[in-house]
Amino acid sequence: MRTGADVKPIPVSHYTLTSALGRGRAAQLQALLDERGGLTDRPFRHCELATWTGQVDGLAVPVAADHRAWDCRANRLASAALQQDGFVEAVAALRRRYGARRIGLFVGTSAGGVEVSEAAYRARDRSVDARLEPPFDARVANTYTPAGYLRQRLELEGICIAISTACTSAAKVFASAARAIECGWCDAAVVAGVEALCMSTLYGFNSLQLLSRNPCRPADPARDGLSIGEAAGFAILDPRADAPLALLGYGESSDAHHMSAPDPAGRGARLAIDGALSRAGLTADRIEYINLHGTATQANDRAEDAVVVSCFGTGTPCSSTKGWTGHTLGAAGIVEAVLSLICIEDGLLPRSLNTTQKDPALSADIVMRTRRAPLRHVLSNSFGFGGSNVCLVLGRP
Amino acid sequence: MTAILYVDGIGLSGPGLDGWAQGAAVLRGEQPWSWREPAPHVPQLLPANERRRATASVRLAFRVAEEAVAAAGQPALGMASVFASADADSPILHRTCLALADAPQTLSPTDFHNSVHNAALGYWSIATGSRLPSVSLSAADASFAAALGESVTLALSESLPVLLVAFDLQGPPFLANVLEHRFTNAVALVLGVRRSAASIAALEVEPAVGDPTRMSNPDLEKLRSDGTAMRALPLLELLSLGRPGPVFLGGPGSLGFQLTVLPC
Repeated sequence: MRTGADVKPIPVSHYTLTSALGRGRAAQLQALLDERGGLTDRPFRHCELATWTGQVDGLAVPVAADHRAWDCRANRLASAALQQDGFVEAVAALRRRYGARRIGLFVGTSAGGVEVSEAAYRARDRSVDARLEPPFDARVANTYTPAGYLRQRLELEGICIAISTACTSAAKVFASAARAIECGWCDAAVVAGVEALCMSTLYGFNSLQLLSRNPCRPADPARDGLSIGEAAGFAILDPRADAPLALLGYGESSDAHHMSAPDPAGRGARLAIDGALSRAGLTADRIEYINLHGTATQANDRAEDAVVVSCFGTGTPCSSTKGWTGHTLGAAGIVEAVLSLICIEDGLLPRSLNTTQKDPALSADIVMRTRRAPLRHVLSNSFGFGGSNVCLVLGRP
Repeated sequence: MTAILYVDGIGLSGPGLDGWAQGAAVLRGEQPWSWREPAPHVPQLLPANERRRATASVRLAFRVAEEAVAAAGQPALGMASVFASADADSPILHRTCLALADAPQTLSPTDFHNSVHNAALGYWSIATGSRLPSVSLSAADASFAAALGESVTLALSESLPVLLVAFDLQGPPFLANVLEHRFTNAVALVLGVRRSAASIAALEVEPAVGDPTRMSNPDLEKLRSDGTAMRALPLLELLSLGRPGPVFLGGPGSLGFQLTVLPC
C-alpha cells in the first residue's frame, strides 16, 4: 500500500443529506442541537417486528414522470434528498463547467431496489409454473437501480458505478471517486449513498439476532443490537473548487476473517485507519473527533473500541451517530461523512445518543454530552459484512 | 488519460467455454463452439467445510479467480480485487424474497449474509487471507467494463496487481423471463502494473465514446450480448490470438472504454 502524504486533498464543494433527522443539512444540524433523534417505533409497512427504525417521511409521491420507470422507495428518497441544499443546481453548474462526460458518478447502496422484488413476490401468482413477468423490470430491482436513476436524473454521462460492499458502500464511493479523479478519468465526481428501508434488511438482521427491540444504544453496556435507518446523501468532489472542507484521505482493507462478524483483533480495521491517516499525511494525534461505525452490537463496538484505542489512545473524542439516524447500511458511509462535515463546519461534537452510560469494558473517550469544540480533522469509520473496512479523513486542509 | 496494465492471468467460464485453455481454442477458431454447461467446480481455496456450503455465486467466482491467479503465478495474498456482477446471487435473492413474502420470520440468516453483493468477494478475502483493498460493484449489463475501469484506477493508485472477477448466474426459473442474462458466465483477469514473466499482453485503457466491438461468430456474439461477463469476449479473442488490436467496451451510457491490446 502506498504510504506518505502524497495525495492532495479533494475539496468537497457541495454536500447534502436526508435522513430520519430531516431533509437537508440545516435539519440535521438542528436535530443534533435539539437532541432530537430520528428513531421511531412506528410500524414500517409490512414489517411486524418489534423494532425501532429511522424512517424518512413523505416518500409517497413517485419520482418525476420523466424517470417513472425508475420509481421505487430508494429512488424517491434519492430524489427528495437531491432537492435540498441546492444540490441539483450545483450538479448542473458542474456539468456546464466540465461537461457531462467528465463527471463521474459513484453510488453506494446495499439493498438497492430490492423492495421492488419483495413487492412483486408478495403479489405473485402462486400457481406451480408461474413466473415473474413484465412489467416487472429487474433493472429497477437491483444494486444498480439508484445509480441508473441518478445518472438520468442528474444528466451525467461520465463513468458511473454502483458500489455495493454492504455497510461500507457509501464510504467506498469517496475512495473510488478520488482514484478516478487522480487517474484523470473524470474532472469531478458526484458521490452518493442511497438506502431505503426494506423487508430484506429488517428481517435479515432480525434473523441474525442483531436487531434491537429498543432504540439502539452504541457503546452502552446494555446495548443489544442495531436499529435500521434509511437515508440518501450526496457530495461533490471537485479538485478545482475553492471550498473550505475536503476529503483528506481514505483507507480500505478486508478483514479476511468472517462474513458477518468483525475480526476481534481488528487487523483489517487498523490497516484502513492507517491507510487513511497516511494518505491524509496526518498523525493520529491530529484527529480531533472520530465518527465511529458504532452499530451498537456487542461485537462491533467491542472490536472497534480495541482498534480505535490502539491507534489513537483513549483521549480522542468518539461517538457513533447511529443512535440519531439508525444504521443506514449502504448509505451509512456518506451519512456519517456528511454529519462529520456538518460538525466540522459548526464546531460540534455530537453525543452518542441513547447511551445512558459508557460500557466500562470500552476505553475510548465516548462523547456523552453534545458540546462545542473547534474541529479541523475528523475520521469516520465504516465496517461491513464480507469483512469490508473503509476509513475516511475529512476536514479543513 | 491512457493507462497501461499487463494481463498476467485469465479465467473463463461460460456455455461451451470451459476454462481459458479450451475457451481460447474456441476463440481462435480451432474448435467449434457448442452449448455445453461447464463441469461443476469445487472451490479449491476454501476450507473443506466451507466448500460444501459454498453458494452458486461463490463457486462461480472462485472458478475463474482460481484459474486466473494460478496462471499469473503470483500469490492472491498480494492482489487487490474488484468483483463485479449485475445480479450477484439471484438464487439467494429468490429464496429470500419467497421467505419475505410468505413467512418472513423463516428468512435464513445464512441466506441473508450471503445475499450481500460482496459475498463472493468476502469469501475470497477469507480464503486467500488478503486484507488488501477490494471493491464489489455493478453497472448492470456494463459491469465488466466498469470493473475494468475500477481495476485500472485501483491498480495505479495502490501500485498493486488487481484480480478482476466478473460473474453472473443463470437465475431461477421463476425469474427467467425478467433477468437480462440467461446463463451462468464468468471471467477473471489478473492485471499487473508492471510486466512480469506471466504477462500475456499490455492493455491500454482509456475512457472514450464509441460502438462496442462485436464478435464475428454469431454464436459467440450472442454470448457477448447476453452475458454480463461475456462482454469481455472481444478482448479475450485478441488475447487468445496473441494479436494486437483495438477493442471498445460499452459502458452504461455513451461513455465506454477504448482498449488497445499489445501482446508481450
